[in-house]
Amino acid sequence: MSENSMGLTMVEEQFVYGERALSYAREFAGHKKKAGGMPVAWLEKTMWNLGLEVYKQSFARTLPFPDELRERYMVKGTNVYGILRAPRAASTESLVLSVPCSQGQQNNQAVGLMLALASYFRGQIYWAKDIIFLVNEHDLVGMEAWLEAYHNVNVTEIQSSGMLGRAGAIQAAVSLELSSDVITSFDLAVEGLNGQLPNLDLVNLFYAFCQKSNLLCTIQGKLQRSDWDSLPAYLHSLQTLLLMVLKQGSGRPQGDHGLFLRYHIEAVTVRGINSFRQYKYDMGAVGKTLEGMFRKLNNLLERLHQSYFFYLLPSLSRFVSIGVYMPAFGFLILILVLKALDLWMKLSRCDVDPADQSCDGGPMAAEEPRPSLLPLVPPLLICHATGLALYFVPILGQHMATQHFPVSESEAVVLTVIAIYVAGLALPHNTHRVLTGAGSDRGWMMLKLLSLLYLAIQLGCIALINFSLGFLLAVTMVPVAAAVQPTGPKALQAVLLVLVTPAATLLFGIFLYHELIEYPISVLEGWQRFLQAIAEGLLDHHLYGSVVFPFVALFVYPCWLLLWNVLFWK
Amino acid sequence: MAAPLVLVLLVAVTVRAVLYRSSLAGLISERVEVASPLNAWKRVVEGLALLDLGVSPYSGDVFHETPLVIYLFHFLIDYAELVFMITDMLTAVALYLAVQDYNKVLFKKQKLLIELDKYAPDVAELIRTPMEMHYIPLKVALFYLLNPYTVMSCIAKSTCAINNTVIAFFILATIKGSAFLSAVFLALATYQSLYPLTLFAPALLYLLQRQFIPVKMKNKDFWFYTVQYAGLYLGSLLVIICLSFFLLNSWDFIPSVYGFILSVPDLTPNVGLFWYFFAEMFEHFSLFFVCVFQINVFFYTIPLAVKLKEHPVFFMFVQLAIISIFKSYPTVGDIALYMAFLPLWSHLYRFLRNIFILSCVLIVCSVLFPVLWHLWIYAGSANSNFYYAITLTFNVGQILLISDYFYAFLQREYYLTHGLYLTRKDGTEAMLVLK
Repeated sequence: MSENSMGLTMVEEQFVYGERALSYAREFAGHKKKAGGMPVAWLEKTMWNLGLEVYKQSFARTLPFPDELRERYMVKGTNVYGILRAPRAASTESLVLSVPCSQGQQNNQAVGLMLALASYFRGQIYWAKDIIFLVNEHDLVGMEAWLEAYHNVNVTEIQSSGMLGRAGAIQAAVSLELSSDVITSFDLAVEGLNGQLPNLDLVNLFYAFCQKSNLLCTIQGKLQRSDWDSLPAYLHSLQTLLLMVLKQGSGRPQGDHGLFLRYHIEAVTVRGINSFRQYKYDMGAVGKTLEGMFRKLNNLLERLHQSYFFYLLPSLSRFVSIGVYMPAFGFLILILVLKALDLWMKLSRCDVDPADQSCDGGPMAAEEPRPSLLPLVPPLLICHATGLALYFVPILGQHMATQHFPVSESEAVVLTVIAIYVAGLALPHNTHRVLTGAGSDRGWMMLKLLSLLYLAIQLGCIALINFSLGFLLAVTMVPVAAAVQPTGPKALQAVLLVLVTPAATLLFGIFLYHELIEYPISVLEGWQRFLQAIAEGLLDHHLYGSVVFPFVALFVYPCWLLLWNVLFWK
Repeated sequence: MAAPLVLVLLVAVTVRAVLYRSSLAGLISERVEVASPLNAWKRVVEGLALLDLGVSPYSGDVFHETPLVIYLFHFLIDYAELVFMITDMLTAVALYLAVQDYNKVLFKKQKLLIELDKYAPDVAELIRTPMEMHYIPLKVALFYLLNPYTVMSCIAKSTCAINNTVIAFFILATIKGSAFLSAVFLALATYQSLYPLTLFAPALLYLLQRQFIPVKMKNKDFWFYTVQYAGLYLGSLLVIICLSFFLLNSWDFIPSVYGFILSVPDLTPNVGLFWYFFAEMFEHFSLFFVCVFQINVFFYTIPLAVKLKEHPVFFMFVQLAIISIFKSYPTVGDIALYMAFLPLWSHLYRFLRNIFILSCVLIVCSVLFPVLWHLWIYAGSANSNFYYAITLTFNVGQILLISDYFYAFLQREYYLTHGLYLTRKDGTEAMLVLK
């Protein structure tokens, strides 16, 4: 751990309210069943009785199109939160413990444990930061509503009542998910919105406390192996790493913590897992771990900043830092740049020596000695127009689609996306009609030069924001992009190019993911998941501001279309 | 030739009008690359508000524009968008006319030198033809108007656009040969942002060349003309400054504008080299290093004047680039002005060595600015070093670009007089090495 104020030996955990947590959980479950949703009144009363300052915040959000997976369209809900004021400070800094109130029997124990922790924390005198205990409804939508209201901004179109109680700048947050009375292990989720990660110190903090109390902890659902330098162990780590890359690359928050990260708040989600292992831990042990983490965070003098923000985790105790993986990525991009340089050299050689037969089709060269960028404009414009259509049409056209075709709104959106995507493949034939006199070799060389550089810039930028997404796209697209040209085996190149489009990458990613979590799926199921993933991607963008869909639709896809144009250059 | 220019202007106006109405306008005007503390529109509005309240706009350390600009917008605040569009158009037209005129002069000179047999016999392919020179003015206007940098600084309503207009008018007046107007516009440009002071040398050289007065220390005409031009310049500068004094009835603007430019107290990140360096430095060294940094702009003027005595317009271009690289609060709008001149030197293309790599570097850096800013300020995962690294690369890229053009220019001049295919004394082919 790099943060000095979080050295390991400074706190002693004494949480003993395990039984109380379970009774709170049962009571909460009863009231939740009775209310048919979140028991707002009961929560308020209970928190009030514990001595917290209680506030509620109601919000409403109409989704751009119905979410079929979670069956919601017009979302209305209430977040309830209680603030434990620190006796020793002036409410300038705070910590958050959040628990999602999910449907059914999920997460009741988490609410119970949170209330028990609140009652225990209330009795302690060492708090220097306010602690906010938050129960949010409708998981991420509620979380987003709460965060926006807390920071008094409105970045998505969520409507929410204002917020009356605040507790200073939030320094760190832990989101808890727990659905059983006893647990066998903890799972930690770090990947946030747009692949943002919390400071590594927070991960280390969690791992240190798990080790201290001998709790089993996993990441990506994979337990660390004790032998780390054997081949199966390497493979195991590789699997864990790949899972992380896939999850991060999706740009989805892997837990409620994911939205905190956008507000510059370090956060993780801790999940209690109850599996078939022999040895189980009760609420007391779980509570102690959380107590320890909060006391350590309470000791912080500054925001967490000492440790890494860019890392990949092959296991909880090991990480790959940016300095190690970025050069590898740099070499991938270098392929594109070198290829572009090669094309540039060829082009300028043609320029100096226009009679050179090898680079230009004979008489054409003499007529047009200077390279002109004009023939490149139509393909560029058309490809980007397709990208824009891909981005805007599905949402805007869903009502028209449902009127004319027997599909539901969300199906309409997903199918429109796929239709526009596939329609883009027919573009080269259309752009050629617009082009005039661009039949030379120089034409495609320049187009390819342009698209290679364009791709390199895009991949470089996205890799800085979301490394995994950049890496996944680069690994698939770069080799084919560098190789593609209108001469040679056209059919083979076309197949290869189709195999590396972002959509195909998504499909392979889904199969790979299920292979890695040891839950293989059939082709049909895979297709279903693929459709779901597209819908989720769109929803993530509109609900939380994930950049993956707009990035792919507005930049990567048009760039890929440019390469497709190069292939079918006449 | 007027029709294409009108078309370009129309396209430029459309692009700007559309962007003003879009949601991007707010986003762009907040960008530190586009709006510096000197020329941000927000600050001008603040200054206006103070002025309306009857307080000196310079009380409060927010507003750092000159009094003339604030009085301009005092009357035109409701038409601000229109004003910025018009200034951009005026800049483009002025550059267009200037370059057109300069090309004529250049062509005449080339013809004269050919007739006088000053060129080596085998340089036919280096001689410029009216065909290729025909579209250069249009390209210059196009480069200025549709350059994303210009568009962004116009959308952000950065008053840098006004400075650019003044400088463009100065260039036009100089090339047309009007010493009086040239001096007046140079004085205005100096008044606006101080650094154009260094453009005095190229302007003087050009005007002398136009009058066929040789630059010699013993020549009486030379001294007479220099004193005359300097007198005009200083006189108009004095008039403008006194006018500003009478407008506001105080000398507040001198420390607030020029002191602010020279002593660099505001270390908001921008595309320049100053902010990071002075943010990191101990206070008691800063005076010395401010001097060192500021001297950069003025330092190259004399050597360049000696080297490029015969080519004042190229000198002017290099000097503009130097100003926009080394000034204390640079924005992309400044860069756009010298980039507009690049088509004018398109004949140097065959001598440029790194143009491909350098343009890639500049484009990549421009794209990375917002990305790294996001990582630093919003995501909190990167820090200022990341952003400064890009700033540094961007500026090194610009410097290399300018020196590439500089060497290419010298190389071409050398070849013109010595012949394209150089031979060593022993008859083998020689390479030209510039040091």
